[in-house]
Amino acid sequence: MPTLSEIRDPFPEMDCRPWPRRLIAAPAWRALVEKLAAGELSLLGLWGEAACVHMAVLEPSPYSVVVASLAAEDGGFPSVGRRHPPAIRLERAIHDLFGLRAVDALDDRPWLDHGRWPVRAPLGAKIPALASPPAYAFLPSVGQGLSQIPVGPVHAGIIEPGHFRFTTGGETLVRLEARLGYTHKGVEGLMAGATLDHAAKLAARCSGDSTVAYSLAFAQAVEAAQGLAPPPRAVWIRALMAELERIANHLGDFGAICNDAAFALMLAHCSVLREHVLRACASCFGHRLMMDAIVPGGVRVDGAEHAEIILRGLVATIRLALPQLAALYDNTASLQDRTVGAGILKPELARRFACGGFVGRASGRSFDARRDLAYAPYDKLSFDVPVLQEGDVNARVWIRIREIEQSLCLIDQILTETPSGDSYAETATPQAGEGLAIVEGFRGDILVWTRVGSDGAVERCHLRDPSWFQWPLLEAVVEGNIVADFPLCNKSFNCSYSGHDL
Amino acid sequence: MRDILLQGFLRSPLTEPRPAADDSELAALSAQLKRGVDKTFGRSLAIRHVDAGSCNACELEIHALNNPFYDLERFGLKFVASPRHADVLLVTGPVTRNMREALERTYAATPAPKWVVASGACAIDGGFYRESYACVGAAADVIPVDLHIPGCPPEPIMLVKGLLALLCPEPANLSILTVPHPS
Ligand code: SF4
Repeated sequence: MPTLSEIRDPFPEMDCRPWPRRLIAAPAWRALVEKLAAGELSLLGLWGEAACVHMAVLEPSPYSVVVASLAAEDGGFPSVGRRHPPAIRLERAIHDLFGLRAVDALDDRPWLDHGRWPVRAPLGAKIPALASPPAYAFLPSVGQGLSQIPVGPVHAGIIEPGHFRFTTGGETLVRLEARLGYTHKGVEGLMAGATLDHAAKLAARCSGDSTVAYSLAFAQAVEAAQGLAPPPRAVWIRALMAELERIANHLGDFGAICNDAAFALMLAHCSVLREHVLRACASCFGHRLMMDAIVPGGVRVDGAEHAEIILRGLVATIRLALPQLAALYDNTASLQDRTVGAGILKPELARRFACGGFVGRASGRSFDARRDLAYAPYDKLSFDVPVLQEGDVNARVWIRIREIEQSLCLIDQILTETPSGDSYAETATPQAGEGLAIVEGFRGDILVWTRVGSDGAVERCHLRDPSWFQWPLLEAVVEGNIVADFPLCNKSFNCSYSGHDL
Repeated sequence: MRDILLQGFLRSPLTEPRPAADDSELAALSAQLKRGVDKTFGRSLAIRHVDAGSCNACELEIHALNNPFYDLERFGLKFVASPRHADVLLVTGPVTRNMREALERTYAATPAPKWVVASGACAIDGGFYRESYACVGAAADVIPVDLHIPGCPPEPIMLVKGLLALLCPEPANLSILTVPHPS
């Protein structure tokens, strides 16, 4: 098997920053796939264009990112998913959007395309749609006494749409198969040709709960593409917003997971804390979720004059309340009875899928883009990345609690160390280029790759949500659990539908 | 747990006062309504939320309606799990083509009389996704809509006002909401 440098060196390097992109040939592509299958590399992303496919992989110790591109021959490329299952759904999406086929793929069913769009391959050949949408072939489950429960796309709660097909033997889940794509809005299609301002707004709305993280990833990718650096103050304010977003979401999840175990008291208390965070964000940055605050070039809102007082007060409030709630969680036997040992994700699977965020870290995968790819200002901040091995719902709750504590410390440091100065710099003349960014959102690492034209408009942009590598694992995790524990397992994963479906 | 419960007793409630009858946003929403909820409906509505392809920020703020600050149930408004139990459909998102049929079927499954509220820029006119191959656009292009609540996402207080306007289309009638409010 060739070493990674052999894959790297002979091939022409495209100007993608900060990680160059190599145009490789099919044998080198296959060699990369073998390395993924052997667990030597992790898959960060796999995406298409009209006539080629791109793959980003993560090389461990020290972490570095390799991006490879392969020209599609006869509308196809060697399947990655055949040897490395995390790529399967990504390949299905590439086929739906660009019409490029993964040759020898294990699963060639459509994924995002439900047969309802006016065209097939809308970002590629634009083939007219079929007259009527074909039925979706769910995986068969055969066995005595098995029954099926179809759920969704409209669910019982206030949540996003998706379809779950449960196969049960009595109360026990034998198989779960998810069908997603219901919220596919065609974001990457809308991005192509959009001005940077407009594209930033689209990026901010890929997954509303991660609006700050997506805006940050998009801004970093554009700045890398254009070879620009935002003013130092902007970099710090961005991190401040990112940590506030992380805390707000973790608090919401902590309450909601307990609520799904019928412990509503925790939801009430956590939702009060969450509301405090959102109100503080609104007073400091003008929007409760801080939507559209981060843009290429800096931040649109510098933070209100009294921001530091408000945020220090907020940190104190959460510091006071959180230990009490954590103790309540830990001491409530009825709650522990539901969360401990439920929905176990094996560390091996988390590693194989390079699954990010609290899902990966609760199953022993110690990766955090803030620490391991050390983008500014995290290279100057000190924080821990909590990791647990158990991989159950309980571990995913504790990772969230510990991450809230870490984020509070980060906010303290950021408030003390943020430099003064401008927080936004106008781009003088638009620069063409290609950039890649990987940013740690609350649910894991978000990847954004973009190519900006010389007119300053986006030519192509790909945004990969952490949920791509978490949704398939939810299916593995619920196996053998009872049906009633599915909501609990699902909430503890809290994958994004919109971020995934795009 | 005892300490937390005790603190809850001693602390004054966090709940926001209900919007005043002369609130301008409330008045604007009421004026927009062609058809408010009939008085005979009493003062209580069951709401079914349908995400027709939103970015999920709209859902976060709808969730906030149930937190102790907004406490929507004090107005007699509550979220239900099935369209068959609902009086109101609260629709978010730019109605993706993949969700269109689900939205139509949810509407059909809701017993009449029923009201539809399109919440957020996306549901109002497709928002940023209007031009996409994957979206229909406005919720009103798919099912009849009675009220639009603006925002991206609408803040919880705006949602409260919108739903109150539905309940009492004449702002002056807001006084019928004899909801005890902690002062
Ligand atoms: S209105 Fe705004 S917040 Fe709501 S779904 Fe649309 S983009 Fe998201």
